[in-house]
Amino acid sequence: MAELAPAQEPVVQTTLFHAPRSLARIISNRNVLLITAVCALAILVAIIVAGIVATPAAQETDFARRDLAPSLAHPFGCDWLGRDMFLRTLAGLSLSIRIGLLAAVVSALIALVLGTIAALGSKVADGIVTWLIDLMMGVPHLVLLILISYALGKGFWGVTVGIALTHWASLTRVVRAEVLQCRQSPYIAVAGKLGASRLRIAAKHIVPFVFPQFLVGFILLFPHAILHEAAITFLGFGLPPELPALGNILSESMTYRSTGMWWLAVFPGLSLIATVLLFDLAGGALRKIVDARTNQE
Amino acid sequence: MTDLQDIRSSSARVMQAHDAKDVHGAHDAHDHHHHRHASNPVHTHGHHLLQVEDLSVGFRMYDPAEPFFAAKQELVNVIDHLSIAVHEREIVALVGPSGAGKSLLADAIMACYEPNVQVEGRIWFDGELQDAKSLAALAGGAIAMVPQSVASLNPLVKVGRQVQGGLSHSTYRTRDTHGARQPGKRKKHEKQGKREEHARLAQRQQELFARYGLAPSVADLYPHELSGGMARRVLLCCALIGNPRLIVADEPTPGLDEAAALRVLEDFRAFADGGGGVLLITHDIELALRVADRIAVFHDKTIVEETSVASFASPEHLQHPFSRALWHALPEHGFSAAGE
Amino acid sequence: MARYVLFHIVKCAVLLLAVSFLCFALVNASPIDPVQANLGQAAYINMSPEKRADLAAYWGVDAPLWESYANWLGGAMQGDWGTSLRYNAPVLQVIAERTVNTLMLMAIAWVVSGLLGFVLGIAAALHRGGWLDRIIKGYCYLLAATPTFWLAMIFLLCFSVLIPLFPIGFSLPIGVASSEATLLDALHHLALPAITLSLVGVANIALHTREKTIDVLESDYVRFARMRGMRPAEALRNGCWRNLLLPALTLQFASISEIFGGSVLVEEVFSYPGLGQAAVTAALGGDVALLAGIAVISAVLVFGGNLAANILYGVIDPRIRRGEGLHDESGRGDIAGIGGIRPSRRLGGRQFADRGEVIGRG
Repeated sequence: MAELAPAQEPVVQTTLFHAPRSLARIISNRNVLLITAVCALAILVAIIVAGIVATPAAQETDFARRDLAPSLAHPFGCDWLGRDMFLRTLAGLSLSIRIGLLAAVVSALIALVLGTIAALGSKVADGIVTWLIDLMMGVPHLVLLILISYALGKGFWGVTVGIALTHWASLTRVVRAEVLQCRQSPYIAVAGKLGASRLRIAAKHIVPFVFPQFLVGFILLFPHAILHEAAITFLGFGLPPELPALGNILSESMTYRSTGMWWLAVFPGLSLIATVLLFDLAGGALRKIVDARTNQE
Repeated sequence: MTDLQDIRSSSARVMQAHDAKDVHGAHDAHDHHHHRHASNPVHTHGHHLLQVEDLSVGFRMYDPAEPFFAAKQELVNVIDHLSIAVHEREIVALVGPSGAGKSLLADAIMACYEPNVQVEGRIWFDGELQDAKSLAALAGGAIAMVPQSVASLNPLVKVGRQVQGGLSHSTYRTRDTHGARQPGKRKKHEKQGKREEHARLAQRQQELFARYGLAPSVADLYPHELSGGMARRVLLCCALIGNPRLIVADEPTPGLDEAAALRVLEDFRAFADGGGGVLLITHDIELALRVADRIAVFHDKTIVEETSVASFASPEHLQHPFSRALWHALPEHGFSAAGE
Repeated sequence: MARYVLFHIVKCAVLLLAVSFLCFALVNASPIDPVQANLGQAAYINMSPEKRADLAAYWGVDAPLWESYANWLGGAMQGDWGTSLRYNAPVLQVIAERTVNTLMLMAIAWVVSGLLGFVLGIAAALHRGGWLDRIIKGYCYLLAATPTFWLAMIFLLCFSVLIPLFPIGFSLPIGVASSEATLLDALHHLALPAITLSLVGVANIALHTREKTIDVLESDYVRFARMRGMRPAEALRNGCWRNLLLPALTLQFASISEIFGGSVLVEEVFSYPGLGQAAVTAALGGDVALLAGIAVISAVLVFGGNLAANILYGVIDPRIRRGEGLHDESGRGDIAGIGGIRPSRRLGGRQFADRGEVIGRG
C-alpha cells in the first residue's frame, strides 16, 4: 500500500490511496477509438462493394458442385442448385446493408424533424410527438413491420418503407432530449439576448451540439434495421425470393434443415452476426469519442 | 528508513510538543503539521484527531489545449499537496470558492474514490497512519460524513431506516468473531446478532431524534417529505448513529436561512464541545468565522493558510495575500478588493 | 393515487383506440385484395354467394375508411371480430385457441429472461470493468446481434436433428389429438421454443439492468451509503434494491413487446401453433380480419404490460403513492413510458451503448 517516493524528494513516504486503472486508460484512448470506428466502417463499405460485384456470380448455378460441403474453394459450401454460399452471403449482406442505409436515412430524418419540433415547438407539439412515439411503441415492432409491409403489398418497398417508418422512435427521443438540453443551456439564452436570430442560434449552437449524438444514433440504427430486414424477409414479407437476401437464404435453408446441410444456415447467420457487431463496434467507438464524459474515463 | 520511522511516530511526539509551543505563542512557519495558531492559540487541548499531509488528488484527462486527436492523457491535480489537521474539541473550517475541489478532500478522507481519480499523500487518524483500506473501515464509524443535501438520502426508503443505516459489513464481521465457532450454530447466532444489532441501532436512532428535536413520527417519512432544517438534522443523525469521533461536513448549510444555518452549526459546536472534531467544508466564510475555531484557506489547489479564527480580526495576522483578500471581501470590511 | 391510476388507464385506452385504427387502416390500405387473395381457398369456394357479398361489403373498397372502421369497432366491441378466411372460423375463436399456446411460451420466456437478466445485470454492474462484467457484456452483445429466427434454427438443427432431444416442431406429437396429449407432451414441445425465446430476451434485460444498476451505484445516496461504511452490494441489500425495482419493472413490462415479436419468429421456425404463426399465415394469405385481430391483441398485451408497470410504479414509489400525485407528469410518463428509457443526455449516451431501446428484434 505504501510506496517510497523518488529519492530526490525530501518527503520519504506517500500512501497511494487510489489510482485509475491502467487498462481503462488504454481503451479510452481517442486514437484507438477513432481507428476502430474507421476500420469497422471501412470493412462494411468493402462488404457493400464486394457484394455488388459478387451478385452475378452468386446467382450462377452449377450442378457439378451441388450440395458441396465447405472447402477451401467454397468456404461456405454450396447449396442444392450449386450456388456458392460465400458469394451469396456476401451479396445478401451487401443488399441488407444497402436497405438498412436507405431505411436508416429516412428514419433518422423523421427522428430529426420530429425531435426538433418536439423540443423547440409548443407544448402541444411536444405532446403530439410524445404520443406518436407511444403509439409507435404500442404494437410489437415485428407485427407493425408485417402490417406495413402487407399494406404496401410486400416486396422491396414493403420492407424498406416498413423499416424506415418503424425505427425513428428511439432516435426521436434522443434528439428531443439533446435539443431540449441545449435550448435550456445558458449560452443559448445569452446568444438570444445578444440579438442572434433564431436561425443563427440553431445553425451555430444547436446543430453542432446535437449532431454528434445524432450521428451515433444513426449508425446504431443499422443493427436494428438489418436484423429486422432479415427477419421480415425470412417470414416472407420482405424481399422477393429470387433476390439473394440473407432472410431468403436462411428461409431456404429451413427447407433443408433435416438433410444435415448445416452450412446453409450456420455460415450466413454467423456473417450476419459479424456484420451487426461491426456496426455496434463502429457506433460504440464513435459514441465514446463524442461523449464528453469519456474524456475522463 | 529512519525517516520513515520518524513520520510514523511524529504525530504522537508532535502532540506533546505543540502544546508547549502554543503556550509560548511560537509561530514557526515550518511547523511539522503545517498550521499556525496566530496570536491567541485556541487548541491548547486535545491532540491531532485527523492529520492530512501532502495530499494530492488528480484526474487523468486529455490536454484541452491540444488538437482533439493529438491530445495526450495526463494527470491533472485538483488538490495539490494539501495539509490540514483537526484536533479534538475543535471545528476547523476549510474555506474556499465553490467548485474548487474542496469536496474531494472529504472524498479522500471518507475513502470514496471515483474510478479515474488518483489520490496520494498521508493521512493519520488518531495518531495512526492510514491507507485506503483502513480509512474505508473507519468510514461510517469513527469518521462520519454529513453530506450537502437530502439528495444523499435514498428517496424510496423511510428516513428512520436510513438513519439506522442497516448493517454494514464491518459490524457484521465483528459480530462474526464474537459468534460461536461451531459451524452448525453459526447461522443461528449470526441471525440473533443481527437482530440485536438492529434493535440497538433503532434505539440509538430514537435517542438521536429526541436529542435533535425530531418527532418520532419523522422516522416514517420519506426524504421528499422533510423540510430543509429537518433534513439537515436527519443527515446529522445519520452521522452520529455510529458514535463518530470526527465529522466531515461538506457544505451543510446552503439553502437554509440564516437562523436554520446557525442552528445546524450550533449542533456541530455541541458535537465538538462533547469531545469530537469537525472538519467543516464551506464556501461561506462569514458563517465559518462565527462557529469555527480555526480557518483553513483553500486557494489554488491547496491550503495556503491554516490559522485561528482570531487571526481574521485584523489583516495583519493573516500571512497569505489570498487570506487578506478574503478578509477585505467580508461585508463588514466594505467588500473592498484585495488591498495589497 | 386514484387520479394517477385513472390517468394511466385513460391514456392507455386512447392509445389503444388509435393503435386499433392504425392496424385497421394499414390492413385496409393493402393493394392485396382479401377477396381475390383467397380466391383459390376452399373457404371462399365453399362460401354462399350471400356470404361473399357480405364479405365484399365488410371489407368493401367503396366504403370510406372511417365508416368501415366504425363498423369493425362496433362489431369488435360486441365480440364479433369478423371471420378468418384461412381458418374458416370466427377470428376470436382462432385467437382464443392460439392464445393459450402463445401465452405459455411468452410467460416462460418472460419470467426466465426477466429473472436471469436482472441477476446477470446486477452482477455485471457490481463487478464493473472486471472479468465477470466482460463475460456478461460479451454474451449480451453477441446475443443482441443474433437474429432470433437464426438462433431458433440452429437450436432446432442441434437439439432436434443432430441430437434428437426435442421434437422438431408443433405443440403436440403428430397424429395425436389435443385431448389425448399429456401435459408432458405439451411441455416437451414447448421446451425448445421457450429456451430460445428466454435466451434471446436475457440480453436486453441484462444490459439495461446493468446500466440502471450503475446509475444507482453512482447516485448520491449510494455514495453516501459507501461513506457510511457499506460496500456497494451491501447498499443494494440495504434498501437500494428498491431503486432498481422501478426501472426493472418498467423494463420487464416493456419487454412484452419484444417477446411477442420474438415469439412470432420462434413459432414460425418451430411450427408452433401460436398467435405469431397465425399472424404470419394471415398476412401471407390475405386474411385481413385475423391479421387485424392479432395486431390489436398484441397491442392489448403491450399496453396491458405498460399499464401494469405504471400502476406498480405508483404503488412502489412513495412520491406518487403519498399524494404528490401527478406532479412532474411528463417526466414520469417518460420514465415509465413504453420504451422505458428516460431521455436524458446521460442515458441517451448510455442507451446507445447497448443498442438501447427495448426493441431488439421485437
